[in-house]
Amino acid sequence: MTVKQYKQVLAKPLLEENPITLQILGICSALAVTSNLSVTLVMCVALTFVVSFSNLFISIIRNYIPSSVRIIVQMTIIASLVIVVDELLKAYDYETSKKLSVFVGLIITNCIVMGRAEAFAMKEKPFLSFLDGLGNGLGYSIILIAVAIVRELFGTGTLMGYEILPLVSNGGWYPANNLLLLPPSSFILIGLMIWGIRAYKTDQIEPNEYKLSGHASAPDLSKRELNV
Amino acid sequence: MNDSILKTLTVSFLVCLFCSLVVSYAAVSLRDMQNLNKLNDQRIKILKTAAIYNPEESIESQFSRLTPKFVDFSNGKLLDAYGEYDLNTYDPVYFSKQPEHSTPIPVSKDIAIVKNRENIGKIYLLKDSTNNLEKIILPIRGYGLWGTLFGYIAIDKDLNTIRGLEFYSHKETPGLGAEVDNPKWKALWDGKTIYKNNTVEIEVIKGKVDSSNQMASYQVDGLSGATLTSRGVTNMLVYWFGESGYKETLKNINYDS
Repeated sequence: MTVKQYKQVLAKPLLEENPITLQILGICSALAVTSNLSVTLVMCVALTFVVSFSNLFISIIRNYIPSSVRIIVQMTIIASLVIVVDELLKAYDYETSKKLSVFVGLIITNCIVMGRAEAFAMKEKPFLSFLDGLGNGLGYSIILIAVAIVRELFGTGTLMGYEILPLVSNGGWYPANNLLLLPPSSFILIGLMIWGIRAYKTDQIEPNEYKLSGHASAPDLSKRELNV
Repeated sequence: MNDSILKTLTVSFLVCLFCSLVVSYAAVSLRDMQNLNKLNDQRIKILKTAAIYNPEESIESQFSRLTPKFVDFSNGKLLDAYGEYDLNTYDPVYFSKQPEHSTPIPVSKDIAIVKNRENIGKIYLLKDSTNNLEKIILPIRGYGLWGTLFGYIAIDKDLNTIRGLEFYSHKETPGLGAEVDNPKWKALWDGKTIYKNNTVEIEVIKGKVDSSNQMASYQVDGLSGATLTSRGVTNMLVYWFGESGYKETLKNINYDS
């Protein structure tokens, strides 16, 4: 393994094979925790930690995991890491852990973590798996942070809690966009990002699974029979 | 051979054993810190409600300015002791869920959807340097739009003027109902009046309060876009300051002082 390969494993998931925009994984937490940037940052650190170390530990014992129970073994490791992260947050950053509430626990079900364990850590060496986890965690973080910046800035006029755009309700000039505070707005933002990335990297565009047919000529409604 | 039954069992067992050790170590070693965080979080809210919170001072010493008291809801008496329970750690919300320590509220009277009210509550008295009553901090709770709001309300020694309102837990919509946490809105409560001719008149109205209105001191601006949360806040105040809430208690405090 050369340094170049290491770099590639780390850098690929950032944009080219981003877990959110290419694989459309981990969307639920991207919707739930992005209304506030500081909360999002903690969530990103938590997920990056879990995916890196679950990849590392699973890769270390990959040759001993019986294939019949491999998913359960992976889940045990992932779940343990998530619980440890949750406990640490409750002890050292109680305010944020209150805001993240159940979403730290839900990292267990985040498809990115499980996906990287199955697709990468079960086959590759520990250090490389760790880098792959780190890269995917950072790829997830980039998208979440971008969404959070837009949502917090235009939804509440603040960033990390500091006022940037003074709100009308506080005597300023900016009328807050309340839609951005609701989870569906991240759907729209992530959709726009996917569009942007695929317009730039056209090889990400998937072929249509169906073919659009032309409109059939509209039936002449004036000639229908009325059975009243 | 990785797939033999023995190997499967051994690997699963070892992984589980190791993981459970890590998890239990994390949980046990961090428990004290977590409990302290939880306690301090609630104490900060109480101090903020009493408007005496200073982030630079230790929470412990600030909190010692408050005197907790048990409240017997059946007769409104303040108690210093209740069974074997410790006044400092007694949690009224926990006891409201224990059938032997709580009373179900009849549906017709349960405007705030509190469901079960603890038999013995806990309030805090803030006294000034000469030991005269300054403020009373009462825990309140009630249903908003998505769930129950839990908070504290501070009232003045005249037992009729609100001095502060804080919620420490709620599930309201961010930007709409969750504006109950907005400092500007919370500041509106200071100086509002609860009772008029012995009935609870305080109300969160729709829109802005007209200050020329003679009822203005009983009204607080509604939260725009959060009619149901606003109504929930009104209901919980009507409930907790009513007959089955703190009304009798406040009368007793009045006689005492």
